[in-house]
Amino acid sequence: MRESTIMKIHYGTALAAVALVAVHILMRLTQGFAESLEYENVLANYKLIPYAAMLELILILLAVHGFNGLRVILLELRQGRTYEKAVSYGCLAAMIGLIAYGSRTIIMTNMGMV
Amino acid sequence: MAQVSSIADEKTSTHVSPSSSVLLRISRYNPKHDDSSKFMEFNVPYEKWTTVLEAILEVKKHFDHSVAVRYSCRQATCGSCGMKINGKPRLACFTKISELDSNIITVEPMNNFPIIRDLAVKFERLFDTHQKIKPFLIRDDTELESDEKEFLQSPKELEQYIQFANCIKCGLCNSACPTMATDSSFVGPQALAQAYRYVADTRDKGKDSRLKIIDESHGIWRCHFAGSCSQVCPKGVDPAMGIQFLRGYMLGFRS
Amino acid sequence: MTRDEHKEGIGGMANPTRYGIERVAYWLMRLSGLGLLAYFVAHIYETSNILRGQVGWNEFLELTQTTEGHIFLALVIAMCVFHTVNGIRVMLGHGGIGVGKPARPDYPYEPASQNYRHKIGIYSAILLAAIATMYGLAVMFGE
Repeated sequence: MRESTIMKIHYGTALAAVALVAVHILMRLTQGFAESLEYENVLANYKLIPYAAMLELILILLAVHGFNGLRVILLELRQGRTYEKAVSYGCLAAMIGLIAYGSRTIIMTNMGMV
Repeated sequence: MAQVSSIADEKTSTHVSPSSSVLLRISRYNPKHDDSSKFMEFNVPYEKWTTVLEAILEVKKHFDHSVAVRYSCRQATCGSCGMKINGKPRLACFTKISELDSNIITVEPMNNFPIIRDLAVKFERLFDTHQKIKPFLIRDDTELESDEKEFLQSPKELEQYIQFANCIKCGLCNSACPTMATDSSFVGPQALAQAYRYVADTRDKGKDSRLKIIDESHGIWRCHFAGSCSQVCPKGVDPAMGIQFLRGYMLGFRS
Repeated sequence: MTRDEHKEGIGGMANPTRYGIERVAYWLMRLSGLGLLAYFVAHIYETSNILRGQVGWNEFLELTQTTEGHIFLALVIAMCVFHTVNGIRVMLGHGGIGVGKPARPDYPYEPASQNYRHKIGIYSAILLAAIATMYGLAVMFGE
């Protein structure tokens, strides 16, 4: 993938994540912070399909943005074909792994498999 | 009888004033037989107008002639005397001791350039990255017809790129850049600013090929707009501005 | 990184001094980015405790709903707000917005790209991060 395409994705995920994370944080503030973290309330949030979809989207956007940022930092610290390939694929694997793990939580909780 | 002028007595190049002297610490390092660099200290007299280069040359003249330093024009035109002065890359001929506001002046070779000896560094990487971005006009009609004249350009069109053409290849920007501090493959602010200089030139038709060259993992995208290059540029080239304009082309902000 | 290349190294990259507030912003952006990534990974892990039912969830809350947990979260709020606001400023700058116009350079050769617009953007990011942190602390400790 061309570097310009990767960076456009980096900027796009950042802008989209800002809006969605703001909603996620506001959910904690509108209900009362401690109350919003109680088990039943959190469960109710996950059971709402739009909210669960929003969480999934945040997960994907931030995983892509975060691990691409890490990839950029690591590429600047050291160079070499093997190292650069290892960093790129390692970050991609970490991205996919985190999305998979987080999605598992969201899907299982949404389906009532707690 | 013919008049014979006698050779003038050699005087010191600066007026010796006991109240105005500065401690000049010069980094000494010869890669051929030194393991690490060390500092040698000299008490050098100075006036309000004395530049760091003049102080170094004073050291060479009266204390240690073996100090290796590169210089030429003494007027911030040639870009030869770039070095780290009190922690910041500057031109030695363009930096007055009085403006540094310190009794101790530390001069070291520029970072991110291999050292030849003492204050002189190798410029091969800068020349290579500069050549990489094709620093010449690219056109199909390079063979001019006999009745063709010069390429016309309005003053407004000239103003779009003239500041970037002021680059004297001193390397201070490459020395200050945080990405250059760790990334051996990064193109560097000097080359990227020169890429913009040609892209912005209305006579040039090579925009696409240049953008393709810098669109790589160690190209323009490793610039993070820290702005240190523009902070140290002695000629007002403002490489950071050129790089962001160049990136604007790639992001669709400019066409 | 060989000694031969005389690179400044990580120390040089991570040193925020010498070059003005823009270099400080670069350094804070990197720090906050790495901090937020670490928090994000930890957050995904800690919220997976919901799958352990009420008992598992309450165990996790005992760990995070403490004074230390609140202070840590306040730090995360600061990093998040700074990274967001400064990130928007940097993105605009990357598009060539607010970096000035090319002109014939003249002594003292002040760089137009290091202008008040971007400086205000950086200071705003720091200020908004401070305000958001104080608000977050008020919410968390006020209950």
